[in-house]
Formats: sequence, C-alpha cells, structure tokens
Amino acid sequence: HACLVLFGPHWGAAVRLGLMNRTKGDEEEYWNSSKFKAFTFDDEDDELSQLKESKRAVNSLRDFVDDDDDDDLERVSWSGEPVGSISWSIKETAGNSGSTHEGREQLKSRNSFSYAQLPKPTSTYSLSSFFRGRTRPGSFQSLSDALSDTPAKSYAPELGRPKGEYRDYSNEWSPSDTVRRLRKGKVCSLERFRSLQDKLQLLEEAVSMHDGNVITAVLIFLKRTLSKEILFRELEVRQVALRHFIHFLKEIGDQKLLLDLFRFLDRTEELALSQYREHLNIQDPEKRKEFLKTCIGLPFSAEDSAHIQDHYTLLERQIIIEANDRHLESAGQTEIFRKHPRKASILNMPLVTTLFYSCFYHYTEPEGTFSSPINLKKTFKIPDKQYVLTALAARAKLRAWHDVDALFTTKNWLGYTKKRAPIGFHRVVEILHKNSAPVQILQEYVNLVEDVDTKLNLATKFKCHDVVIDTCRDLKDRQQLLAYRSKVDKGSAEEEKIDTILSSSQIRWKN
Amino acid sequence: MAAHLSYGRVNLNVLREAVRRELREFLDKCAGSKAIVWDEYLTGPFGLIAQYSLLKEHEVEKMFTLKGSRLPAADVKNIIFFVRPRLELMDVIAENVLSEDRRGPARDFHILFVPRRSLLCEQRLKDLGVLGSFIHREEYSLDLIPFDGDLLSMESEGAFKECYLEGDQTSLYHAAKGLMTLQALYGTIPQIFGKGECARQVANMMIRMKREFTGSQNSIFPVFDNLLLLDRNVDLLTPLATQLTYEGLIDEIYGIQNSYVKLPPEKFAPKKQGEGGKDLPTEAKKLQLNSAEELYAEIRDKNFNAVGSVLSKKAKIISAAFEERHNAKTVGEIKQFVSQLPHMQAARGSLANHTSIAELIKDVTTSEDFFDKLTVEQEFMSGIDTDKVNNYIEDCIAQKHPLIKVLRLVCLQSVCNSGLKQKVLDYYKREILQTYGYEHILTLYNLEKAGLLKPQTGGRNNYPTIRKTLRLWMDDVNEQNPTDISYVYSGYAPLSVRLAQLLSRPGWRSIEEVLRILPGPHFEERQPLPTGLQKKRQPGENRVTLIFFLGGVTFAEIAALRFLSQLEDGGTEYVIATTKLMNGSSWIEALMERPS
Repeated sequence: HACLVLFGPHWGAAVRLGLMNRTKGDEEEYWNSSKFKAFTFDDEDDELSQLKESKRAVNSLRDFVDDDDDDDLERVSWSGEPVGSISWSIKETAGNSGSTHEGREQLKSRNSFSYAQLPKPTSTYSLSSFFRGRTRPGSFQSLSDALSDTPAKSYAPELGRPKGEYRDYSNEWSPSDTVRRLRKGKVCSLERFRSLQDKLQLLEEAVSMHDGNVITAVLIFLKRTLSKEILFRELEVRQVALRHFIHFLKEIGDQKLLLDLFRFLDRTEELALSQYREHLNIQDPEKRKEFLKTCIGLPFSAEDSAHIQDHYTLLERQIIIEANDRHLESAGQTEIFRKHPRKASILNMPLVTTLFYSCFYHYTEPEGTFSSPINLKKTFKIPDKQYVLTALAARAKLRAWHDVDALFTTKNWLGYTKKRAPIGFHRVVEILHKNSAPVQILQEYVNLVEDVDTKLNLATKFKCHDVVIDTCRDLKDRQQLLAYRSKVDKGSAEEEKIDTILSSSQIRWKN
Repeated sequence: MAAHLSYGRVNLNVLREAVRRELREFLDKCAGSKAIVWDEYLTGPFGLIAQYSLLKEHEVEKMFTLKGSRLPAADVKNIIFFVRPRLELMDVIAENVLSEDRRGPARDFHILFVPRRSLLCEQRLKDLGVLGSFIHREEYSLDLIPFDGDLLSMESEGAFKECYLEGDQTSLYHAAKGLMTLQALYGTIPQIFGKGECARQVANMMIRMKREFTGSQNSIFPVFDNLLLLDRNVDLLTPLATQLTYEGLIDEIYGIQNSYVKLPPEKFAPKKQGEGGKDLPTEAKKLQLNSAEELYAEIRDKNFNAVGSVLSKKAKIISAAFEERHNAKTVGEIKQFVSQLPHMQAARGSLANHTSIAELIKDVTTSEDFFDKLTVEQEFMSGIDTDKVNNYIEDCIAQKHPLIKVLRLVCLQSVCNSGLKQKVLDYYKREILQTYGYEHILTLYNLEKAGLLKPQTGGRNNYPTIRKTLRLWMDDVNEQNPTDISYVYSGYAPLSVRLAQLLSRPGWRSIEEVLRILPGPHFEERQPLPTGLQKKRQPGENRVTLIFFLGGVTFAEIAALRFLSQLEDGGTEYVIATTKLMNGSSWIEALMERPS
C-alpha cells in the first residue's frame, strides 16, 4: 500500500536493502548505487505531500479563526516561554535599569502588588522533614565551621537559633555519631579525633553512609591533619574513599598533590595524562610549547607517547610558521597573502588544518622548509590518502586546476602518464564541486570514475551533459537518453547532440 | 496547572505539590521582600515545579541571573542565591557579596543549595571570607523532578561521569534519597531488582536509609509493585544509536532542555497572512513539549515514519470540524459550535506547530548523509563488519564532520564488537587526533575508561551472543503499527528495555548467561510490608514498575517503555526515573575534557 511508504523506504529496510546488495555485488556498488535511489520522491502519496496537506489545512483555517482572542489558552511570549515562567520573569524583572519608560511602568505596577492579601499556604508536610527528622528552624551553622582551626567560633550564639542546639554539642560522640550528625547538617567538631585510629574510623563510617558530602568533609579533615605519606597509604587500601579524594583534588585543582598521589599509587598513565591536561590552561604559545616538551618523557603508553611528541613538534612548527607568515603578510609583498589574507592564526590548530594551511600558502616550497606540505607529510607520517584529500581541497579552493591535475598524474618509466587517485575519483569530483569547479574540469574527473552507475549519477547530479550522453550511448541505453533529453535546455547543443545520437543507425540500442 | 502529571497510573502531582510546599517554607523563613539570584542552570528544572507567581506570592520582587561583579540594584530586604553546589559558582557569589555597597541599606544574604548543601562549597565561601555574611544556608532536596505523568529526572549533568569515571557516589546518594522521598509519598516498594554496580550501591543505600528511619513506620499503601535499578553501563549501546521516534529525533536534532525545545523561527511564520515576509522573527521559537498537549502525547513516541499520516489525518478531522459551522442552523447548534471553538483553536495551533517541526526534521532525515549514517549504525547493531575500519567513519573524519558524531559512531562500533581490534582502534585514534587536535587524547582516554571505546580483550566478541539471546535486532519491524519495541530504532530493540521486558516476563532466570556477560551484579531485594499494606491484585490488574536509569536515559527508551505499558496483555506499567534525560551527543559531550 502506498500509504506505508512514507519517507521513502522505511529505515529498517535501509540496512536490509544494503545487505542484499552486499552479498550479491561488491561493496562499491552498494555504496554508490542503492542509497541514491532510496531518495527519489515520485510517489504522489508520499510524506511530503501529506505534510503539505496538513499545512494547507492549517493555513486555510487561519483566515477563519482570529488569533487574538484565545484568552483561555496559556499566554506565551514569542520565544515560547509562558508568560510568568521563571526564566521569563528573570528577563522581565532584571531589565529595570536603563529600560524603556514603558518597561518601568510595568514593573511599578508589578511591585505595587499587595502581598498582604495573599493567604500563605499552610504546610502539611515537607520533604526535608522526612530526612532531617523534625524541622530545625534557623539552623544555619555550617559544617565547615566545625572543621576550622579555631572551632571555638562555632560556639558563638547566633540569632534565631534555639538554645537546645548548643546543648547538643558534646565531646562524647563516637565517630559513628559524629558522622550521622554531619550528615544531618549539624555542627560537629572533628578536631577532637586525634589518633590515627579514630580518624580512620571516622572515614570508614563516612564511607559506609555513602554520602559524598560527608566523605569529602572527613577527607578535608584528614588531608589537613595527616602527613601525606600516611594519608596516601591509608587511602590506598580504601578504594571508595580514594576515588572521592581524587575527584576532590581535581575539583579544587590541587594538581600537585594529585600528581604526588598518582606517583605514590604507581598509576603512571593517569599521572601522565593528568599532567599533560595542564597544557589546556596555558594560553601563551611559547610557554605551552615548553610545557609540552616536559610532557614528552612522561610514562604514557607507547602509542600515546608518539602522539604527545607530535603535539609538541606541531606546536613548535606552528610557532615558526606563524611568526614568518605574520611578517610576510604585514610586509604586503607576497601575492598569496595579499589576495587571500589569513583569517586566523595557525597556532594550536590540528595537524590536518595545518597541512591545509601549508598547501594553501606554501604549496610550492621545497621540502627543506618547515612550512612545506611535503615536509609536514614526512615529519608526521601523514598517510597518502589524507595528504591528497587535503591538498586537493586547498588547491581547488584556490582554483589552481593545474595543481589538481598534477596531484593525480603519475608517469611510468616509459613516460606514459596515467591518472590515479588513492581516494577514488568520485571523492575528487565531490570536493571539486564543493569548491565550485567549472563544468569542464568536473567533467574530466567524472569521466575517470570507474563504476558506470556512480559515474552516471555524479554526471547527472553535476550537470555534466556530455558525460551523461556519452555514457548512455556507450550503454546503448536509448530509454535513459530519451529521458535525459527532457532535462536539457530546448535548442541547446546538448539536445542537438542527443538527437544526432538517437537518429544514428550505427548504434544497436538495447531498449 | 500541571494536570498532565496526574494522567498516569501514579499521580506525580503529589510529588510536585510536596516540593512546592518545601520551597514556600524556605521563602517564608526569609521574612520581607526578596530578590532571587539564580544559577542559570536551575531555572529550567525549577520552571517545571513553580512559576513566577508562586515566588511572587512569597514576596519575591526581583530575579537576576548569577553573574560576576556587582549585583543589580534592588530595593529588597533579602538577597537569596539559588545555586547548585559548585565551586566556581561560590567564587561568583563571593564577588557579588564583597562588592556590595556598604553605604546602601543593609541587606540579608541567604543561600539555597540545590539539591544539597556541600561542605566543599561552604569551605570555599569561608576561604573567600564571605561565609559569615549568610543568614540562612539551606538545601532544597529537589532530587527527582516530575517531567511528565510517567517521567522523573534528577537533571544531573555530571552523574554518568561521576559514577563511572570518577567513582564518586554522590549522585547515587541523591538517587537513593530521591527514591526514599518517593517511598515516603507513594509507599514502600516491596521488591527491588537491579543490574549493575551502581544499582547495587543504590539498593544498599536505600536499605540502610530505611533502617535508620525505622522510627516512623510508613503507613501509605504502596503504589509501586517493583523497582528496577539499571546501570547505564549495562547498556552502553542504546544511547549511541540515532533515536528514530518523533521526540527522540527532536532531541537529537534540536536538543530538548527541561521539556522545552528551541527551533529555527523561519517555519513558524507570523500568524496573520499579509503580514508575512516583512519582519521574520530572528529569535528562536521556543516550545514546550509534554503530554499536556494532546497531539504531542499521541505522536511523540511513534517512529517518525508514522508521524506524517497522523498529522494529515488530524488535519482532515480539524478541517471537517470547522466546516461544521455551515451546518449549524439553530441557535442551540451555533452555541454548541462556539463552545467547542477554544478546543478546536488549540488543536489547530498544535497541529500547525507539529507540522512545522515534522518538516524541519524531515529535511534532516531525508538527507543523504543521514541515510548513510543510519545504514552504518544499523550494520553495526546487526553485527556486520564491526571488526574493521569503516569507510563512512573514515569519510566523516576526512570531511571533518563534528567530532561528537564521529565519536558516537566509533564508540558504537566498539560496543558492537566488544571492543575494537588494537590495530583498528589505533587507526581511528590517530585519524581523530590528527584531524581534531592532539588534546583529544584526554577525551579518548575518558571514553576508554567508561568502556565506550576500548581494545578488545581476550579476542572474544560477546555482542553476537547478547544480540541473539535478547533479540536485539529484529528483521521484520513495523514502524506504523509496531508489535515490538524495536520500532523505536527501526530494527534495534534497546537492550535496557529488553532487560525490563524480560524481567516482567518470564523473569531473568531465563537469561542468566547473558546477565553474566553484562557488567555488574544482578540482584533482588525484598522490603517487607506490614500485612495491612500488602496488595491483593485484582485479576487483570497491571503491575506498576518504577524503572530507574542510573547514568541517563534517552527518549527512545522512554518510548519503548511506554509501548510496553500500553500493551493490552503486557501486565506491567512503567514509571521512569533517571539521573538525566540525555542522548548520545549530550552524553559524549559530558565526557569530553575542556580547559578548566
């Protein structure tokens, strides 16, 4: 039923369609033929027309119903925020300074709202009471007061605090009582736990409660009162606490202690990555480069080591290129920089971007220079495919068709030339088209596409009439040629060419 | 106000009312006029439980977003900061407090931490010398926020990273607390099932918390029959695939935040004809998406390929309804017609919006690249060519498609192959680092640590066994009238939801072997109920299962669960809770390393 085919073949079919093809034919064919056909919309009853239909219906109703008087619908400002929502109100109430007179009037009337008239809803139960036991009005003593070096401060009476709370304070609490009180947000001094055994018991109690906030509280206390060696040693055998401690050090940015800890734990890869991560926070290119240099010797995996080395080398290279090119550009003597001023600095750009840059500005330089593309290719062992793609994109952007041509021309020892593209000519065509290459150029490369279906598809897509016509002729496909005739301009040279071929008696058409 | 929350089997408005009440209580503690300074991230979630009017009733006169330097002028007695417990926000608050003009009228400062006070933050405030300036420092346990009649979320962005990368259990603790709140309101849940390390932890915390609160016996008749706790890392595959339901695609393409979506305004032309064309709005069109909107409730969980026909049917019905006016002859008939007008207008507005959204989505889904991507995803999920470098992924890197897209695909391949061959992994890594920058080595490391992108160990690929046993890939999928959950991904049945489905029938005993392959323990706990509260189910009455996704859930998974709830002989209805509503992109993004 036509109605079931909505957006073309349904998606589940996509892969099965592919699977069938794949088992039958080769991969290339699958990639290049089946998928295009899935997107032809010639079914009258397809989704597009259905959507159009509902749109039409909706539009026709607009004439009939006036939009202004739908009072009982929720009022919504254009941005869709219901009038009165929180984010809407922030904009409205905050915009008072320097806003229009109208706006201020609005605010005035808003503020003259009489609160006294509103009944305050009485509470039956609150969520917090489930956990805190009874509600504790005005309890605002902080946990951290308890941890300060001068715990005496927390005894100072504060306004609005019921007397009973002070009496609660006792030196007799066990580590487990203390942790339970901490968890309920009550005041507890940890200072009186002096022995290592007490401190560790405190930590274990906290961990068994699973409350990250309390675990962190105890860890802060331990960090302050234990020597690094003892702290690390004890954390090593308490994995949960250890993970919280590492997360805590990351949060507060105590990089030094974190690195010490990783070193102690012999977690070398984390140590290396954690140190390397620091470079993200260094803005100055020279300093960043120097920092990266210190990362090279860190205990990365073999694979990552090579990447870190490359990162350093790349930045070093970029600094040189940047200084040189900035100078060339400002001197105004070099044509390429005059014609195509640089949009941004090359510093900290990825390798492939750097290669593109160098293919764009330094294509013809000899291999010996730092900025030459060939030099980059060798230094960073850029694969052929990647190199050709990038060079093609750069040269096509400059419309340097001669360079493009050279990129794919190989000479054998007899001096014959042959066109070869490690990325496949269909990709070459796509990239050239993206850079708006003229039809003559496109045509040349479409012709080099080996697979006939792909070639025909691309030629049709990019209006390379000659290629389409010649291919149809070679395929002896009269029907397709006839169909194509309706797509070319009336009275054009293409039409004439098609007519000549169609009337030729030399061809034995297959249909 | 939030009627849609009470449509479901469990009335989630009860929860909403409870959290609103607590908010009012806090506001009344700070007597006198107030200004609220918002951590911008919180305004979204808060919007789901309160409107400005509620705050205004409690003398909130001004609201600002939290920003550096000075606070804007406001003639109020109290300044209240509503913030998440994050260190960088404490620095901003301190700046605000310190630059307060001493000559002006004295104002009282307060902080409300959402969802919890943090010692670390208070320590920072103390270090910055402003801790003493605050009169009230409290917490607002907004752990689980009701999003819809069957959906709750903690909206905790960092939960997955904290749990699975840092091993910090704080968000699990909040999840357990949220579950205790639910039990306080809806009764003790008699049976707890779980799969995964974090699930085990949360169950342990719940049991411990229950023991500690034994003083007050919960006397509420239980609404939920079961709780199923699921670790996200039990099913790393599902979020990586592109969701193909209507809501899922809206989220994939435009991102749904706190049930709002921002859309390009062009398709939402000015309402009156004749005005059009001149000044098209440039600001994004913002729409709220939830089941309060009848049409949206009907189409959101459908495969996108089935949405068009519903929209066109609706258009015909509405046109016909408006045509009725010609038939209205008597005064009574006209009255009748007019009384229906507001409803018809709302329906028409809703239809117009969704037709426009469907058009926007269709532009994407009919693109060649979308189709290519989908083909590759489906190949991986059905187990084809997962062990070699994929051409399409290579092309995406060469053309510098967004890094997140590339990472999603590479991770999907890795998960569908139980890890990549070292050679393949090294190749992808190298290509990614050279094209997007070496610093992403840090992101790749995070993905590896989370198990998303890793080398195959032991040379064994377990995925085919999992796929076959759990029937994750279905060849005959009906997108229009689905018979199986696999419709949400047009062929792939989300692993997480399959686990839930099999638990309810015939039980996990049938899949012991696969459960052992998947990470983490699986378990069952009972929470005994007093005899008076034990439920006697009527014949044919469905069980209610609360399913909690620790580490995030996607809209497609939610759709699949709703599909199961609606099955006539399904036997189970689901209420869904999670640490975060997410999709593959927001997930990967949260795992990426950025300068601090």
